[in-house]
Amino acid sequence: MIDEGSPALRPRDAESAARLVSLGMRPRQLPARDPVYAGLVTRYRDEDGFKDLVHRVAAGLGLVVLAVTEQSGVVLAATEDSAFEIKMDEYARRTALQNRQADKVLHGLTHLAVAALAYPRPDDLGNDSYVGRVSVELVDAAVREACRVLEERAEGEEDPLSDAPELERVWRVYLRRPSAAATKDGRLAPDTTRGIAARALRFLAEQGFLVVVDADAGVYRTTPRYQVQVRELASARAFDELLELGVLPAATAGGTLSAAATDSLA
Amino acid sequence: MMADEAVARRLKALACTAPLHDLDARKAHLEWADATGYQMAEVALRVIDQVTLAMDFDHGADHDQVVRRVLPFIAAQRPQRPGGEHEQVGRWVLESLLNVGSVDRGFQVEYGSLDAEGRYVRHRFDFKLLVELAAADGQVYLRTTDEAINVLVGALDTDVESAQVAAEVKLENLIIRGMLGDARLAAEQARYRTVQYAEALRGKLEATERDVRSVDWLASVPELIEEALAHIESRYRSETAILNNIADARDTSGEPARRRQAAELVGIVNDCIRRHTQLQARLQEAGAVFRAEQDRQQFAGGARRGAVDLFGQLLRPCLGLGVARAGGPTSAFFAAVSGIRVPSTPGLTGLVEALLVPRVERDPLGAEVPVPELTDAAPDRFSEEQWRRCADLLELPGVSRRLSGLLAEARAADPELPSLVALRVLHAVGASVAGALGSGERGVCLAVDDGTVLDDPEFGGSDLLVTLAGVRVGDDAR
Repeated sequence: MIDEGSPALRPRDAESAARLVSLGMRPRQLPARDPVYAGLVTRYRDEDGFKDLVHRVAAGLGLVVLAVTEQSGVVLAATEDSAFEIKMDEYARRTALQNRQADKVLHGLTHLAVAALAYPRPDDLGNDSYVGRVSVELVDAAVREACRVLEERAEGEEDPLSDAPELERVWRVYLRRPSAAATKDGRLAPDTTRGIAARALRFLAEQGFLVVVDADAGVYRTTPRYQVQVRELASARAFDELLELGVLPAATAGGTLSAAATDSLA
Repeated sequence: MMADEAVARRLKALACTAPLHDLDARKAHLEWADATGYQMAEVALRVIDQVTLAMDFDHGADHDQVVRRVLPFIAAQRPQRPGGEHEQVGRWVLESLLNVGSVDRGFQVEYGSLDAEGRYVRHRFDFKLLVELAAADGQVYLRTTDEAINVLVGALDTDVESAQVAAEVKLENLIIRGMLGDARLAAEQARYRTVQYAEALRGKLEATERDVRSVDWLASVPELIEEALAHIESRYRSETAILNNIADARDTSGEPARRRQAAELVGIVNDCIRRHTQLQARLQEAGAVFRAEQDRQQFAGGARRGAVDLFGQLLRPCLGLGVARAGGPTSAFFAAVSGIRVPSTPGLTGLVEALLVPRVERDPLGAEVPVPELTDAAPDRFSEEQWRRCADLLELPGVSRRLSGLLAEARAADPELPSLVALRVLHAVGASVAGALGSGERGVCLAVDDGTVLDDPEFGGSDLLVTLAGVRVGDDAR
């Protein structure tokens, strides 16, 4: 705990460390607006002992410290089964029972699409100063387009089996779901793909990951927090899951959002 | 195996008509009207017609427009029924075609086929007749699907190109024989083909705007453009022929019905020509769109270092997975990207309070404006006469009097008056000059307590000294 360069830690340092962790739970609070916060961030960066203490306080609570920077503040993630974890079951609670499985996948997929549209190239994800823009329309249109390409490739394939809906390909589920539906009060119907995308963007904004640029058009921009969260944790977890399933995505330097059908244009 | 495929194809084609038959089967169960007198399948075809005709490059029709346009047809079926019912029928048919109420807003049919090992396996065919799409302004509008267009024109499961040729041959024959009714049908069919080409092209252009490389501009788009241009060219010939023929038919025919038919056909052909011109303009612009997008996207900047490619390495593979398997990676991504939830800890007092708060009923119009309850104001305790007398009593220029004296004098005049006098004098204890100045009075009533005790049957306290002080507006007070 005590190394050469840093002074011995005292009980009140534990309080400071816990405070820094608690500031990370308030996504809208940023070091730039709060001198106490900024001071703690500097201390975290400069003192290894304090940094270790912060990590241990977080670990004890069931949290992982993803990053602590002046731009993003403290970015925390919940460990599995921690009290701070947001469960997909809670997020997609309103869906009808019979579509539960498909709905959960659509919600998760939409979050993946939001990140993919916010950081279209691998480079954008790596570049700390990059600010992405996403909108409901962009997310839905891009996923639909990707589905359409898959549909074209699947031409001649048999229709899905009627007694095994869980084997149906995700792109079919997405394409079948309407993108919009007229409602009596003129709002977006929640179970359409645009409704799901709007929900994801609103949720991320509430979590302090996105900031509204144009509320009417549903346009948001990303925050450094979101970039850290996607880069350091989410993409890696999803990647590992895909590896486990035996789906090995090939790496390309240029990013493939802009290369949906490269094989036909060699 | 071949026979098997043909069965499946025909079954799917058949399935597309099922929602229409279903309408007539269900109409007897409608609660809001005796709808058995309406031909619902016919109304449905009209609805599909109207939606298809309203499909242009940028817009389709919205729900209200479509219902409004089919109203005359519905009304013609049962003119004696009220207009509200006609509209309700229209809406019901439109909603049934969308299959409002199902999550996917579509239909499905099950069919079976033999697999490679000769086993019978059941498949599901999902289809839609009408779809809803959101425009840039957030408005939801309708479009006809390819399936619906096929049902509508009756060309079930046929190749677009060959059906086109067949339709043209038929048209020429019809014109030669002077069968205008059928000529009209053929012209309409050709118009649907034009709409289909326009749709296909619109889709490709949209995809190009998002990403040039997602659309095959080497082979498939030029092919589409060529086909569409050939279509327009041949239509131009046919339509010129129709117009010439109709001119004859209209001028020479003595039958009013025939004349009317001819006039209607002129309208349709003119609409066809308009659509062809529109499609042609788009076709000509297509190349320019491609080149502009290519330039724009090429200079959007290249990648410099490798990280995770979210779209290609995560999103696309997930789309290709089965629903059950995709649950893993998508949930993992969600759990990691959603951040943390700070658990709220309700205190007992807060919890009880929260539980006792009645549910807030939200009214779209906002809270009701309360009607104020107006009651008569309490009448003045003192009459005007009493006020005047009191003012007279307190008119004390230059002299000061004891409160006791004033009260006695007041009591002599009116038993109620002393109360008013007492109140006014009490008010005068802390009188402010500024207030008197502000209201423009020349004097201010002052009351001073010099310690003398008041001896009065009604009131107690100090026997105040009351006087009227003149207010002079000095230069420095201005």
